[in-house]
Amino acid sequence: MDRDATADVNAPHSMGTTIIGVTYNGGVILGADSRTSTGLYVANRASDKITQLTDNVYICRSGSAADSQIVSDYVRYFLHQHTIQLGQPATVKVAANLVRLLSYNNKNMLQTGIIVGGWDKYEGGKIYGIPLGGTILEQPFAIGGSGSSYLYGFFDQAWKEGMTKDEAEQLVVKAVSLAIARDGASGGVVRTVTINNEGVTRNFYPGDQLPLWHEEVEAHNSLLDILNASSPEPMST
Amino acid sequence: MGNVITLMEESVLSTHKAEMDTLLTSKGDSQRTQYPYVTGTSVIGIKYKDGILMAADMGGSYGSTIRYKSVERIKQVGKHSLIGASGEISDFQEILKYLDELILHDNMWDDGNSLGPKEVHNYLTRVMYNRRNKFDPLWNSLVIGGVKNGHKYLGSVSMIGVNFEDDHIATGFGNHLARPILREEWREDLSFEEGVKILEKCMRNLLYRDRSAVNKIQIAKITEEGLTVSQPYSLKTFWNFAAFQNPTVGAEGSW
Repeated sequence: MDRDATADVNAPHSMGTTIIGVTYNGGVILGADSRTSTGLYVANRASDKITQLTDNVYICRSGSAADSQIVSDYVRYFLHQHTIQLGQPATVKVAANLVRLLSYNNKNMLQTGIIVGGWDKYEGGKIYGIPLGGTILEQPFAIGGSGSSYLYGFFDQAWKEGMTKDEAEQLVVKAVSLAIARDGASGGVVRTVTINNEGVTRNFYPGDQLPLWHEEVEAHNSLLDILNASSPEPMST
Repeated sequence: MGNVITLMEESVLSTHKAEMDTLLTSKGDSQRTQYPYVTGTSVIGIKYKDGILMAADMGGSYGSTIRYKSVERIKQVGKHSLIGASGEISDFQEILKYLDELILHDNMWDDGNSLGPKEVHNYLTRVMYNRRNKFDPLWNSLVIGGVKNGHKYLGSVSMIGVNFEDDHIATGFGNHLARPILREEWREDLSFEEGVKILEKCMRNLLYRDRSAVNKIQIAKITEEGLTVSQPYSLKTFWNFAAFQNPTVGAEGSW
Protein backbone atom coordinates (compact mmCIF):
# COMPACT_ATOMS: atom_id res chain seq x y z
CA MET A 1 0.00 0.00 0.00
CA ASP A 2 2.84 2.37 0.74
CA ARG A 3 4.23 1.79 -2.71
CA ASP A 4 1.04 3.21 -4.25
CA ALA A 5 1.10 6.30 -2.03
CA THR A 6 4.61 7.35 -3.08
CA ALA A 7 3.88 8.08 -6.71
CA ASP A 8 6.56 7.12 -9.18
CA VAL A 9 8.08 10.50 -10.04
CA ASN A 10 10.00 8.81 -12.83
CA ALA A 11 6.79 7.69 -14.50
CA PRO A 12 6.33 9.31 -17.90
CA HIS A 13 4.50 12.62 -17.77
CA SER A 14 1.13 11.93 -19.29
CA MET A 15 -1.64 14.37 -19.84
CA GLY A 16 -4.65 12.33 -18.80
CA THR A 17 -6.61 15.14 -20.30
CA THR A 18 -9.81 16.26 -21.79
CA ILE A 19 -9.41 18.09 -25.10
CA ILE A 20 -12.13 19.45 -27.37
CA GLY A 21 -12.27 21.25 -30.71
CA VAL A 22 -15.53 22.68 -32.02
CA THR A 23 -16.46 24.59 -35.19
CA TYR A 24 -19.03 27.38 -35.13
CA ASN A 25 -20.34 29.77 -37.79
CA GLY A 26 -17.19 31.83 -38.27
CA GLY A 27 -14.36 29.86 -36.72
CA VAL A 28 -13.29 27.28 -34.18
CA ILE A 29 -13.01 26.98 -30.42
CA LEU A 30 -10.38 24.74 -28.83
CA GLY A 31 -10.75 23.76 -25.17
CA ALA A 32 -8.78 21.70 -22.65
CA ASP A 33 -8.28 20.99 -18.96
CA SER A 34 -4.95 21.74 -17.26
CA ARG A 35 -3.82 18.60 -15.43
CA THR A 36 -0.53 16.85 -16.18
CA SER A 37 0.13 13.74 -14.09
CA THR A 38 3.11 11.48 -13.41
CA GLY A 39 1.46 8.30 -12.17
CA LEU A 40 -0.85 9.44 -9.38
CA TYR A 41 0.90 12.76 -8.70
CA VAL A 42 -0.28 15.92 -10.45
CA ALA A 43 2.96 17.29 -11.81
CA ASN A 44 1.39 20.45 -13.20
CA ARG A 45 -2.09 21.64 -12.17
CA ALA A 46 -2.14 24.60 -14.55
CA SER A 47 -0.68 23.27 -17.80
CA ASP A 48 -1.48 24.82 -21.13
CA LYS A 49 -2.40 22.03 -23.51
CA ILE A 50 -3.50 24.32 -26.30
CA THR A 51 -0.37 25.07 -28.25
CA GLN A 52 0.24 27.50 -31.07
CA LEU A 53 1.60 26.28 -34.40
CA THR A 54 1.08 29.45 -36.46
CA ASP A 55 -0.88 32.70 -36.07
CA ASN A 56 -3.99 30.95 -37.30
CA VAL A 57 -3.52 27.27 -36.33
CA TYR A 58 -3.46 25.83 -32.81
CA ILE A 59 -3.47 22.26 -31.49
CA CYS A 60 -4.81 20.49 -28.41
CA ARG A 61 -2.39 17.90 -27.07
CA SER A 62 -3.23 14.68 -25.20
CA GLY A 63 -1.41 11.52 -24.16
CA SER A 64 2.31 11.60 -23.53
CA ALA A 65 3.39 15.17 -22.76
CA ALA A 66 6.84 14.60 -24.26
CA ASP A 67 5.54 13.04 -27.48
CA SER A 68 2.93 15.73 -28.06
CA GLN A 69 5.42 18.51 -27.35
CA ILE A 70 8.02 17.17 -29.76
CA VAL A 71 5.42 16.64 -32.50
CA SER A 72 4.14 20.19 -32.06
CA ASP A 73 7.70 21.57 -32.07
CA TYR A 74 8.55 19.84 -35.35
CA VAL A 75 5.29 20.81 -37.03
CA ARG A 76 5.76 24.44 -35.89
CA TYR A 77 9.24 24.37 -37.40
CA PHE A 78 8.01 22.88 -40.71
CA LEU A 79 5.07 25.28 -40.91
CA HIS A 80 7.34 28.25 -40.31
CA GLN A 81 9.42 27.34 -43.33
CA HIS A 82 6.34 26.47 -45.36
CA THR A 83 4.84 29.90 -44.61
CA ILE A 84 8.00 31.64 -45.79
CA GLN A 85 8.09 29.58 -48.99
CA LEU A 86 4.36 29.95 -49.64
CA GLY A 87 4.31 33.69 -48.93
CA GLN A 88 1.01 33.51 -47.04
CA PRO A 89 -0.41 31.87 -43.92
CA ALA A 90 -0.46 28.08 -43.92
CA THR A 91 -3.85 26.40 -44.21
CA VAL A 92 -5.27 24.32 -41.38
CA LYS A 93 -5.33 21.32 -43.74
CA VAL A 94 -1.57 21.47 -44.36
CA ALA A 95 -0.85 21.81 -40.64
CA ALA A 96 -3.08 18.85 -39.87
CA ASN A 97 -1.49 16.72 -42.58
CA LEU A 98 2.00 17.47 -41.25
CA VAL A 99 0.88 16.33 -37.81
CA ARG A 100 -0.57 13.21 -39.43
CA LEU A 101 2.71 12.44 -41.24
CA LEU A 102 4.63 12.48 -37.97
CA SER A 103 1.96 10.56 -36.07
CA TYR A 104 1.50 7.92 -38.76
CA ASN A 105 5.12 7.30 -39.64
CA ASN A 106 6.18 7.05 -36.00
CA LYS A 107 3.10 5.23 -34.79
CA ASN A 108 5.07 2.54 -33.00
CA MET A 109 6.88 5.07 -30.82
CA LEU A 110 4.39 7.88 -30.25
CA GLN A 111 1.51 7.88 -27.82
CA THR A 112 -0.29 11.13 -28.48
CA GLY A 113 -3.73 12.14 -29.69
CA ILE A 114 -3.97 15.60 -31.23
CA ILE A 115 -6.77 17.92 -32.29
CA VAL A 116 -5.76 20.53 -34.88
CA GLY A 117 -7.96 23.61 -35.18
CA GLY A 118 -7.66 26.91 -36.96
CA TRP A 119 -8.98 29.38 -39.50
CA ASP A 120 -7.78 30.10 -43.01
CA LYS A 121 -9.24 32.23 -45.79
CA TYR A 122 -9.96 29.27 -48.09
CA GLU A 123 -11.95 26.94 -45.86
CA GLY A 124 -12.79 29.10 -42.83
CA GLY A 125 -12.78 27.37 -39.44
CA LYS A 126 -11.78 23.69 -39.53
CA ILE A 127 -11.13 20.97 -36.94
CA TYR A 128 -9.07 17.85 -37.64
CA GLY A 129 -8.85 14.93 -35.23
CA ILE A 130 -5.66 12.84 -35.28
CA PRO A 131 -5.99 9.97 -32.79
CA LEU A 132 -3.44 7.26 -31.96
CA GLY A 133 -2.23 5.53 -35.10
CA GLY A 134 -2.25 8.64 -37.29
CA THR A 135 -5.72 8.53 -38.81
CA ILE A 136 -6.76 12.00 -39.94
CA LEU A 137 -10.44 12.92 -39.86
CA GLU A 138 -11.97 16.32 -40.55
CA GLN A 139 -14.91 16.75 -38.19
CA PRO A 140 -17.41 19.45 -37.17
CA PHE A 141 -16.23 18.80 -33.63
CA ALA A 142 -13.63 16.53 -32.04
CA ILE A 143 -13.03 15.24 -28.52
CA GLY A 144 -9.97 13.49 -27.17
CA GLY A 145 -8.02 12.41 -24.12
CA SER A 146 -9.07 10.14 -21.31
CA GLY A 147 -11.84 12.52 -20.20
CA SER A 148 -13.50 12.36 -23.60
CA SER A 149 -14.99 8.95 -22.74
CA TYR A 150 -17.48 10.78 -20.56
CA LEU A 151 -18.45 13.22 -23.26
CA TYR A 152 -19.62 11.06 -26.17
CA GLY A 153 -23.18 10.96 -24.87
CA PHE A 154 -23.09 14.62 -23.92
CA PHE A 155 -22.08 15.74 -27.40
CA ASP A 156 -24.50 13.36 -29.09
CA GLN A 157 -27.21 15.29 -27.29
CA ALA A 158 -25.85 18.83 -27.04
CA TRP A 159 -24.01 19.40 -30.33
CA LYS A 160 -25.76 21.51 -32.98
CA GLU A 161 -24.54 22.68 -36.37
CA GLY A 162 -24.11 26.46 -36.85
CA MET A 163 -23.79 27.66 -33.25
CA THR A 164 -22.77 31.20 -32.42
CA LYS A 165 -19.38 31.94 -30.90
CA ASP A 166 -20.81 32.33 -27.41
CA GLU A 167 -22.94 29.17 -27.63
CA ALA A 168 -19.93 27.19 -28.78
CA GLU A 169 -17.72 28.60 -26.03
CA GLN A 170 -20.29 27.76 -23.35
CA LEU A 171 -20.62 24.23 -24.76
CA VAL A 172 -16.86 23.67 -24.64
CA VAL A 173 -16.51 24.98 -21.08
CA LYS A 174 -19.47 22.92 -19.90
CA ALA A 175 -18.10 19.79 -21.56
CA VAL A 176 -14.56 20.08 -20.16
CA SER A 177 -16.05 20.83 -16.76
CA LEU A 178 -18.23 17.68 -16.92
CA ALA A 179 -15.26 15.57 -17.92
CA ILE A 180 -13.13 16.97 -15.10
CA ALA A 181 -15.92 15.98 -12.69
CA ARG A 182 -15.61 12.30 -13.60
CA ASP A 183 -12.11 11.75 -14.99
CA GLY A 184 -9.37 11.54 -12.38
CA ALA A 185 -6.79 12.31 -15.01
CA SER A 186 -8.40 15.63 -15.90
CA GLY A 187 -8.64 18.67 -13.66
CA GLY A 188 -7.57 22.19 -12.86
CA VAL A 189 -8.77 25.06 -15.00
CA VAL A 190 -10.51 25.20 -18.37
CA ARG A 191 -8.61 27.00 -21.09
CA THR A 192 -10.17 27.94 -24.41
CA VAL A 193 -8.75 29.43 -27.58
CA THR A 194 -11.07 30.98 -30.16
CA ILE A 195 -9.77 31.37 -33.74
CA ASN A 196 -11.62 33.23 -36.48
CA ASN A 197 -11.02 35.77 -39.25
CA GLU A 198 -10.48 38.49 -36.64
CA GLY A 199 -7.68 36.64 -34.87
CA VAL A 200 -7.12 34.58 -31.75
CA THR A 201 -8.57 34.98 -28.24
CA ARG A 202 -7.48 33.07 -25.15
CA ASN A 203 -9.86 32.54 -22.25
CA PHE A 204 -9.34 31.19 -18.76
CA TYR A 205 -11.98 29.65 -16.49
CA PRO A 206 -10.59 28.95 -13.00
CA GLY A 207 -11.56 25.64 -11.40
CA ASP A 208 -13.43 27.28 -8.57
CA GLN A 209 -15.70 29.16 -10.97
CA LEU A 210 -16.91 26.13 -12.90
CA PRO A 211 -20.49 24.93 -12.36
CA LEU A 212 -21.14 22.25 -9.74
CA TRP A 213 -22.38 18.89 -10.91
CA HIS A 214 -24.00 15.93 -9.13
CA GLU A 215 -22.67 15.20 -5.63
CA GLU A 216 -20.43 18.27 -5.72
CA VAL A 217 -20.90 20.91 -3.04
CA GLU A 218 -20.13 24.59 -2.72
CA ALA A 219 -16.66 25.59 -1.67
CA HIS A 220 -16.01 27.49 1.54
CA ASN A 221 -12.97 28.99 3.18
CA SER A 222 -13.68 27.21 6.45
CA LEU A 223 -16.27 25.25 8.46
CA LEU A 224 -16.25 28.18 10.81
CA ASP A 225 -17.89 30.35 8.17
CA ILE A 226 -20.69 27.82 7.79
CA LEU A 227 -21.25 27.61 11.53
CA ASN A 228 -21.21 31.36 11.94
CA ALA A 229 -23.64 31.84 9.08
CA SER A 230 -26.35 29.62 10.55
CA SER A 231 -26.37 31.20 14.03
CA PRO A 232 -24.06 33.51 15.94
CA GLU A 233 -23.53 31.15 18.92
CA PRO A 234 -24.19 27.61 17.69
CA MET A 235 -22.13 25.86 20.30
CA SER A 236 -23.51 27.58 23.39
CA THR A 237 -25.82 25.72 25.68
CA MET B 1 -7.08 18.79 -53.53
CA GLY B 2 -5.24 15.69 -52.35
CA ASN B 3 -2.46 16.13 -54.94
CA VAL B 4 -2.03 19.82 -54.03
CA ILE B 5 -1.36 18.87 -50.43
CA THR B 6 1.27 16.32 -51.51
CA LEU B 7 3.03 19.05 -53.49
CA MET B 8 2.91 21.41 -50.50
CA GLU B 9 4.33 18.71 -48.23
CA GLU B 10 7.10 18.05 -50.73
CA SER B 11 8.03 21.73 -50.87
CA VAL B 12 8.49 21.64 -47.11
CA LEU B 13 10.48 18.43 -47.40
CA SER B 14 12.84 19.60 -50.11
CA THR B 15 14.70 22.15 -47.97
CA HIS B 16 15.94 19.80 -45.25
CA LYS B 17 15.53 16.49 -47.03
CA ALA B 18 17.62 14.23 -44.84
CA GLU B 19 16.25 15.45 -41.52
CA MET B 20 12.67 15.50 -42.63
CA ASP B 21 12.93 12.10 -44.29
CA THR B 22 13.78 10.49 -40.98
CA LEU B 23 10.82 12.15 -39.27
CA LEU B 24 8.15 12.17 -41.93
CA THR B 25 8.81 8.73 -43.43
CA SER B 26 9.03 5.47 -41.58
CA LYS B 27 12.41 3.83 -41.15
CA GLY B 28 12.15 0.21 -42.22
CA ASP B 29 14.33 -1.28 -39.51
CA SER B 30 12.62 0.25 -36.48
CA GLN B 31 9.11 -0.86 -37.43
CA ARG B 32 7.56 -3.98 -35.98
CA THR B 33 4.10 -5.49 -36.12
CA GLN B 34 1.75 -2.84 -34.86
CA TYR B 35 -1.65 -2.72 -33.24
CA PRO B 36 -4.73 -1.33 -34.92
CA TYR B 37 -6.27 1.71 -33.22
CA VAL B 38 -9.12 3.11 -35.32
CA THR B 39 -10.74 0.26 -37.22
CA GLY B 40 -13.50 -0.27 -39.75
CA THR B 41 -15.57 -3.45 -39.84
CA SER B 42 -16.88 -5.58 -42.73
CA VAL B 43 -16.97 -4.69 -46.42
CA ILE B 44 -19.15 -6.71 -48.81
CA GLY B 45 -18.90 -6.82 -52.60
CA ILE B 46 -20.93 -8.63 -55.26
CA LYS B 47 -20.88 -8.89 -59.03
CA TYR B 48 -24.21 -8.13 -60.67
CA LYS B 49 -25.50 -7.87 -64.23
CA ASP B 50 -23.94 -4.49 -65.10
CA GLY B 51 -20.89 -4.43 -62.81
CA ILE B 52 -19.99 -4.48 -59.14
CA LEU B 53 -21.87 -3.41 -56.01
CA MET B 54 -20.02 -2.77 -52.76
CA ALA B 55 -21.34 -1.96 -49.30
CA ALA B 56 -19.78 -0.85 -46.03
CA ASP B 57 -20.86 1.03 -42.96
CA MET B 58 -19.30 4.33 -41.93
CA GLY B 59 -18.03 3.33 -38.52
CA GLY B 60 -14.55 3.87 -37.09
CA SER B 61 -14.17 1.95 -33.84
CA TYR B 62 -11.55 2.72 -31.21
CA GLY B 63 -11.35 -0.56 -29.34
CA SER B 64 -14.85 -1.16 -28.07
CA THR B 65 -15.89 2.51 -28.41
CA ILE B 66 -17.68 3.48 -31.59
CA ARG B 67 -15.72 6.66 -31.91
CA TYR B 68 -16.34 7.88 -35.48
CA LYS B 69 -19.56 7.47 -37.41
CA SER B 70 -18.83 9.21 -40.71
CA VAL B 71 -15.77 7.39 -42.06
CA GLU B 72 -15.93 6.76 -45.82
CA ARG B 73 -14.54 3.28 -46.28
CA ILE B 74 -15.29 2.91 -49.99
CA LYS B 75 -13.30 5.07 -52.40
CA GLN B 76 -12.74 5.46 -56.13
CA VAL B 77 -9.48 4.34 -57.71
CA GLY B 78 -8.85 5.71 -61.20
CA LYS B 79 -11.61 5.33 -63.78
CA HIS B 80 -12.41 1.67 -63.43
CA SER B 81 -12.16 0.59 -59.80
CA LEU B 82 -13.55 0.87 -56.29
CA ILE B 83 -11.68 0.02 -53.11
CA GLY B 84 -13.33 -0.81 -49.80
CA ALA B 85 -11.31 -1.26 -46.64
CA SER B 86 -11.73 -2.75 -43.20
CA GLY B 87 -9.09 -2.60 -40.48
CA GLU B 88 -6.88 0.31 -39.43
CA ILE B 89 -8.13 3.54 -41.00
CA SER B 90 -4.76 5.32 -40.94
CA ASP B 91 -3.25 2.49 -43.02
CA PHE B 92 -6.21 2.75 -45.45
CA GLN B 93 -5.53 6.49 -45.78
CA GLU B 94 -1.90 5.67 -46.56
CA ILE B 95 -2.96 3.03 -49.14
CA LEU B 96 -5.15 5.68 -50.82
CA LYS B 97 -2.06 7.90 -51.12
CA TYR B 98 -0.10 5.03 -52.71
CA LEU B 99 -2.97 4.46 -55.14
CA ASP B 100 -3.14 8.20 -55.93
CA GLU B 101 0.51 8.05 -56.93
CA LEU B 102 -0.01 4.82 -58.91
CA ILE B 103 -2.88 6.31 -60.90
CA LEU B 104 -1.00 9.59 -61.38
CA HIS B 105 2.04 7.85 -62.84
CA ASP B 106 -0.24 5.71 -65.02
CA ASN B 107 -1.88 8.87 -66.37
CA MET B 108 1.48 10.49 -67.01
CA TRP B 109 2.27 7.84 -69.63
CA ASP B 110 -0.60 9.43 -71.56
CA ASP B 111 -0.91 6.32 -73.67
CA GLY B 112 -4.67 5.92 -73.59
CA ASN B 113 -4.46 2.93 -71.28
CA SER B 114 -5.63 3.07 -67.70
CA LEU B 115 -5.22 0.66 -64.82
CA GLY B 116 -8.19 -1.62 -64.26
CA PRO B 117 -9.34 -3.41 -61.11
CA LYS B 118 -7.29 -6.52 -61.85
CA GLU B 119 -4.09 -4.48 -62.06
CA VAL B 120 -4.92 -2.48 -58.93
CA HIS B 121 -5.69 -5.72 -57.10
CA ASN B 122 -2.36 -7.18 -58.16
CA TYR B 123 -0.48 -4.03 -57.10
CA LEU B 124 -2.10 -4.06 -53.68
CA THR B 125 -1.45 -7.77 -53.22
CA ARG B 126 2.27 -7.14 -53.79
CA VAL B 127 2.27 -4.17 -51.41
CA MET B 128 0.45 -6.07 -48.65
CA TYR B 129 2.55 -9.21 -49.01
CA ASN B 130 5.85 -7.35 -49.04
CA ARG B 131 4.93 -5.38 -45.92
CA ARG B 132 3.93 -8.66 -44.24
CA ASN B 133 7.36 -10.09 -45.06
CA LYS B 134 8.98 -7.16 -43.26
CA PHE B 135 6.78 -7.78 -40.19
CA ASP B 136 5.27 -4.36 -40.76
CA PRO B 137 1.82 -4.98 -42.20
CA LEU B 138 -0.76 -2.52 -43.38
CA TRP B 139 -3.49 -3.65 -41.03
CA ASN B 140 -6.32 -3.85 -43.56
CA SER B 141 -8.53 -6.24 -45.47
CA LEU B 142 -9.30 -4.69 -48.84
CA VAL B 143 -11.99 -5.33 -51.43
CA ILE B 144 -11.26 -4.23 -55.00
CA GLY B 145 -14.04 -4.21 -57.58
CA GLY B 146 -14.52 -2.76 -61.04
CA VAL B 147 -15.33 -3.13 -64.70
CA LYS B 148 -12.96 -2.64 -67.62
CA ASN B 149 -13.65 -3.40 -71.26
CA GLY B 150 -16.77 -5.29 -70.31
CA HIS B 151 -15.01 -7.55 -67.83
CA LYS B 152 -16.27 -7.44 -64.25
CA TYR B 153 -13.68 -8.05 -61.54
CA LEU B 154 -14.02 -8.50 -57.79
CA GLY B 155 -11.25 -9.49 -55.43
CA SER B 156 -9.89 -9.13 -51.90
CA VAL B 157 -6.47 -8.84 -50.20
CA SER B 158 -5.78 -9.38 -46.54
CA MET B 159 -3.11 -7.83 -44.34
CA ILE B 160 -0.88 -10.85 -44.86
CA GLY B 161 -1.23 -10.76 -48.63
CA VAL B 162 -3.76 -13.56 -49.09
CA ASN B 163 -5.82 -12.67 -52.13
CA PHE B 164 -9.04 -14.02 -53.59
CA GLU B 165 -11.13 -13.36 -56.65
CA ASP B 166 -14.80 -14.35 -56.63
CA ASP B 167 -18.36 -13.45 -57.54
CA HIS B 168 -19.04 -12.29 -54.00
CA ILE B 169 -16.48 -11.10 -51.45
CA ALA B 170 -16.55 -10.02 -47.82
CA THR B 171 -14.10 -9.07 -45.09
CA GLY B 172 -14.13 -9.68 -41.36
CA PHE B 173 -17.48 -10.58 -39.88
CA GLY B 174 -18.95 -10.38 -43.35
CA ASN B 175 -17.26 -13.67 -44.17
CA HIS B 176 -19.27 -15.41 -41.49
CA LEU B 177 -22.55 -13.55 -41.64
CA ALA B 178 -22.89 -12.23 -45.19
CA ARG B 179 -21.32 -14.85 -47.44
CA PRO B 180 -23.71 -17.67 -46.41
CA ILE B 181 -26.58 -15.42 -47.50
CA LEU B 182 -24.75 -14.63 -50.73
CA ARG B 183 -24.02 -18.30 -51.44
CA GLU B 184 -27.77 -18.97 -51.28
CA GLU B 185 -29.09 -15.91 -53.08
CA TRP B 186 -26.42 -14.68 -55.50
CA ARG B 187 -27.03 -15.16 -59.22
CA GLU B 188 -25.06 -14.16 -62.30
CA ASP B 189 -27.83 -11.93 -63.70
CA LEU B 190 -28.85 -9.88 -60.66
CA SER B 191 -30.38 -6.51 -61.49
CA PHE B 192 -29.24 -3.38 -59.66
CA GLU B 193 -32.37 -3.41 -57.47
CA GLU B 194 -31.97 -7.10 -56.59
CA GLY B 195 -28.29 -6.58 -55.83
CA VAL B 196 -28.97 -3.68 -53.51
CA LYS B 197 -31.69 -5.67 -51.71
CA ILE B 198 -29.31 -8.59 -51.14
CA LEU B 199 -26.54 -6.30 -49.88
CA GLU B 200 -28.99 -4.58 -47.54
CA LYS B 201 -30.09 -7.97 -46.22
CA CYS B 202 -26.44 -8.75 -45.46
CA MET B 203 -25.77 -5.33 -43.90
CA ARG B 204 -28.86 -5.61 -41.70
CA ASN B 205 -27.70 -9.00 -40.48
CA LEU B 206 -24.29 -7.52 -39.70
CA LEU B 207 -25.98 -4.67 -37.83
CA TYR B 208 -27.79 -7.16 -35.60
CA ARG B 209 -24.83 -9.42 -34.95
CA ASP B 210 -21.58 -7.43 -35.33
CA ARG B 211 -20.78 -5.39 -32.25
CA SER B 212 -18.71 -2.89 -34.18
CA ALA B 213 -21.32 -2.22 -36.85
CA VAL B 214 -23.01 1.19 -37.07
CA ASN B 215 -26.30 1.97 -38.72
CA LYS B 216 -25.05 4.36 -41.38
CA ILE B 217 -24.05 2.73 -44.63
CA GLN B 218 -22.99 3.52 -48.14
CA ILE B 219 -23.53 1.36 -51.19
CA ALA B 220 -21.26 1.94 -54.19
CA LYS B 221 -21.89 0.89 -57.77
CA ILE B 222 -19.42 0.63 -60.59
CA THR B 223 -20.24 -0.19 -64.22
CA GLU B 224 -18.53 0.30 -67.56
CA GLU B 225 -20.17 3.73 -67.70
CA GLY B 226 -18.92 5.02 -64.38
CA LEU B 227 -19.22 4.81 -60.63
CA THR B 228 -21.28 6.28 -57.82
CA VAL B 229 -20.98 6.08 -54.05
CA SER B 230 -24.38 6.56 -52.44
CA GLN B 231 -25.12 9.18 -49.81
CA PRO B 232 -24.99 7.78 -46.27
CA TYR B 233 -28.27 6.23 -45.12
CA SER B 234 -29.64 4.00 -42.35
CA LEU B 235 -31.44 0.68 -42.42
CA LYS B 236 -34.70 -0.08 -40.61
CA THR B 237 -34.35 -2.82 -38.02
CA PHE B 238 -37.01 -5.19 -36.70
CA TRP B 239 -37.53 -5.92 -33.04
CA ASN B 240 -41.26 -6.50 -32.76
CA PHE B 241 -41.33 -10.28 -32.56
CA ALA B 242 -43.49 -12.14 -30.04
CA ALA B 243 -40.50 -14.19 -28.98
CA PHE B 244 -38.68 -10.98 -28.04
CA GLN B 245 -41.35 -9.68 -25.69
CA ASN B 246 -40.95 -11.95 -22.66
CA PRO B 247 -38.17 -14.36 -23.53
CA THR B 248 -37.38 -15.50 -20.02
CA VAL B 249 -40.86 -16.28 -18.79
CA GLY B 250 -40.65 -19.86 -17.59
CA ALA B 251 -36.89 -19.68 -17.23
CA GLU B 252 -36.19 -16.63 -15.09
CA GLY B 253 -32.56 -15.63 -15.05
CA SER B 254 -31.88 -17.07 -18.48
CA TRP B 255 -31.21 -14.91 -21.49
